[in-house]
Amino acid sequence: MITLSVNGKSRTLDVEPDTPLLYVLRDNLELHGPKFGCGLAQCGSCTVLIDGKAVRSCSLAVSKVGAGKVVTLEGLGTPQKPHPIQQAFIDEQAAQCGYCINGMVMQTAAFLGARQGNPSEREIRQALQNNLCRCGTHQRIVAAVKRAAALMGKGA
Amino acid sequence: MATLETTRREFLVGTGALVVSFSLAPAARAQMVGAGKPVAPDQVDSFLAVGKNGTVTMYTGKVDIGTGIRVALPQMVAEELDLPLDKIQLIEGDTALTPDQGPTWGSLSVQVAGVQLRQAAATARKALLEMAAQRLGKPPADLGVRAGVVFVVTEPQRRVSYADLIGDQSFNLKLDPAAPVKNPKDHTIVGQPVPRPDIPGKVTGTHIYIQDFRVPGMLHARVVRPPAIGATLQSVDESSIKAIKGARVVRQESFLAVVADSEWAAVKAAKALKATWSSWEGLPEPSKLWEHVRATKIAKDDVAVDRGDPKAAIAGAAKKVTATYDFAIHTHGSMGPSCAVADVKAGKAEIWSPSQAPHWLRREVAATLQMDPKDVHVQYLDGAGCYGRNGHEDATCDAALISKLIGKPVRVQWSREDEHGWDPKGPPTLVEITAGLDTQGNIVGWQSELWVPKADITEWPRTLAATFAGIAQKEAINPGNIHRNLDPSYPFANQKAVAHRLDSTPFRPSWIRTPGRMQNTYANEVFIDECAAAAGADPVEYRLRYLGDPRGIAVLRAAANLAKWDQRPSPRRDQSGTIARGRGVAYVKYENARTYCAGVAEVEVNKQTGAIRCTRFYVAHDCGQIINPDGVRAQIEGNIIQTVSRTLKEELKWNRSRVTSVDWASYPILRFPEVPEVVMELISRPSEPPWGVGEPAAVLPPPAISNAVFDAIGVRLRSVPFTPDRVKKATAG
Repeated sequence: MITLSVNGKSRTLDVEPDTPLLYVLRDNLELHGPKFGCGLAQCGSCTVLIDGKAVRSCSLAVSKVGAGKVVTLEGLGTPQKPHPIQQAFIDEQAAQCGYCINGMVMQTAAFLGARQGNPSEREIRQALQNNLCRCGTHQRIVAAVKRAAALMGKGA
Repeated sequence: MATLETTRREFLVGTGALVVSFSLAPAARAQMVGAGKPVAPDQVDSFLAVGKNGTVTMYTGKVDIGTGIRVALPQMVAEELDLPLDKIQLIEGDTALTPDQGPTWGSLSVQVAGVQLRQAAATARKALLEMAAQRLGKPPADLGVRAGVVFVVTEPQRRVSYADLIGDQSFNLKLDPAAPVKNPKDHTIVGQPVPRPDIPGKVTGTHIYIQDFRVPGMLHARVVRPPAIGATLQSVDESSIKAIKGARVVRQESFLAVVADSEWAAVKAAKALKATWSSWEGLPEPSKLWEHVRATKIAKDDVAVDRGDPKAAIAGAAKKVTATYDFAIHTHGSMGPSCAVADVKAGKAEIWSPSQAPHWLRREVAATLQMDPKDVHVQYLDGAGCYGRNGHEDATCDAALISKLIGKPVRVQWSREDEHGWDPKGPPTLVEITAGLDTQGNIVGWQSELWVPKADITEWPRTLAATFAGIAQKEAINPGNIHRNLDPSYPFANQKAVAHRLDSTPFRPSWIRTPGRMQNTYANEVFIDECAAAAGADPVEYRLRYLGDPRGIAVLRAAANLAKWDQRPSPRRDQSGTIARGRGVAYVKYENARTYCAGVAEVEVNKQTGAIRCTRFYVAHDCGQIINPDGVRAQIEGNIIQTVSRTLKEELKWNRSRVTSVDWASYPILRFPEVPEVVMELISRPSEPPWGVGEPAAVLPPPAISNAVFDAIGVRLRSVPFTPDRVKKATAG
């Protein structure tokens, strides 16, 4: 049995300890925000926050999560009550197929969560450099991160 | 319709408008299928149903693979019916409920399916007005419509709603091509940047992708691929996975898979399974690809254009220019590996798939399972973007076959290696062009030859499941309409373009976004730049010498203006230092029949490392009537950025047995710091037909970047991708 803290709730699960966190979130907890993209920590689609840091959940065994507090896309907000980052992505219409967008939102949450002040375009591009998008939505994603920073009062 | 169980709702948060989309729960679906809803493409009822509650359900065989037609098509219907968008429900790609409007390909969803839906709506509106005229005792000409309510213009209190006229009943009408459509100047919904209904769900994790879909009793499956493309399975050691709880082997001939209760167990079993395969080394030596292409048997020649006497014109010309261009083999590179769910039992197959072509897929699955297509029901669910035929259809046939073999519902999830290694590929493309120039540098003759595989355009490519399982299938190859745009978008007096259609190609091909049109335009638009340079002419001015088409001239001028085009011949010779900057142009009339676009690339070339950065890309775009300008912009951004990636980075790698570029490290794509700023101008022509947007602008980056690099450093790049190594090699001459 493994106990995890996910989106503020304690969850105890009967899973093989080598199971990547991603499969536990998706298949056992039905949290479909994080996506399977590569299983190699190369694309970022599976990103979650653990203690505020962006982590590739496809490549982290569930047994290694320990007491870390896991937050998924669902833990940020809902369609009715989106998190400012999610609202910014909606406002900028920053998704095409949307498969990478979980990673973009979660990477942004870690990036903006760890800093003060509005990020520059260059800083945003650097922060997202290990998140891949194939549809070519990059420009809107960068705009959404800028907007999110403003919504979150990062300029203050 | 009231009995339908809504399983998914998404809201247009941005505007406060509501669009409901839903996938049908199995019980409700069975009821609908049994109800025998018409799907023939000549019937209004196939496309539209007015509910008693005042909503209109619209049905399309096209699917939204991330392009935004989920809002654009409803905009077209809502406009014709004078109905608010929140009263429209859309059902996409369910083979039992939607008309077959062809695969979602070729940039045709709005242009063909949308126009068909618009005509269905216009026919319905005409019929509704006639019914209302009877009811209200006034001729249709005296009636108006607002929000689905027909009223007498002079006495607006005399009115009747669509729901009261026909709610829950059939129109029993054929599509009337003469039914009047709205005057574009009266459009209030078409032409507006309405937000997409799926984005709130996609950014909050509530949107249901195929990867998220589950059915009761379902097992997780992984297909075990051989170490060589043409290998056959000799033996399997089932005991090699006996330590993995609940995992077991499924096999038919060389088709090998594992199933398990949990997804992780299936992943582990696929990795652990010991199998012996025959050896196979049937692929060409990678370094000899182009020799292989030239040596491949030609099945036939297609003549794209043959006008005047180019041979004589070139022979008599003052100057001759010749060049050869090649474009590497590419993969689709979907972010999410392909996935599908199948439930095959009692002679029926229920299929959930992200395929761009549900109606085709129904026949493919039927062929794989050796069933009648009428016993196969395919429902579309979103996957990761496919950009052509990627692995979705193969994964679906995998799932169908495994489900049939074990008699249980099955979910197949491909791995990253499966997707990069086994999706069908964009074939290698080789073009040779020769032109003759007169003493003023004008083109007097143009001859081009293209080497690409033949296409059985109405057939689907061989599926992996049928191939390995030994199931009879047509030996078709279909890379799409890859001969289009071989004829240049300029009406030269003497020109001939011939496509040598090869009998085979090294990797199973399919179409990748902008198939052939991208590669052919790349060759044509670099070549005309080479002619301009030979003539000492400015590249924009040189193109304008030949362009007679006013809409073509307008987009080329618009792109040049947007980029503040510096009029002079290329290359520029005023730069010293390590980084050289340049600008290059490209133009196309898509398939020489529709959407016009022109682009200007700005690049920085590092002369020491050979690295190219495309810093900015300007596009001018005329697709006629614009349905949703924000959707058009998103598609153009995507076309440019994806194709800049293809141009600078992408190339399939292989050895004699298999693909070796099987992840994002070995098949790199463009990353955020490398993405150009895309600046665009949309030329809106509301009174023209709406043309495709999902592909055309993708032709621009390869030639515009090659031309910009030439402008920067005077070196001509004729081989995609333009990697630093190739730049250094070309520089060294």
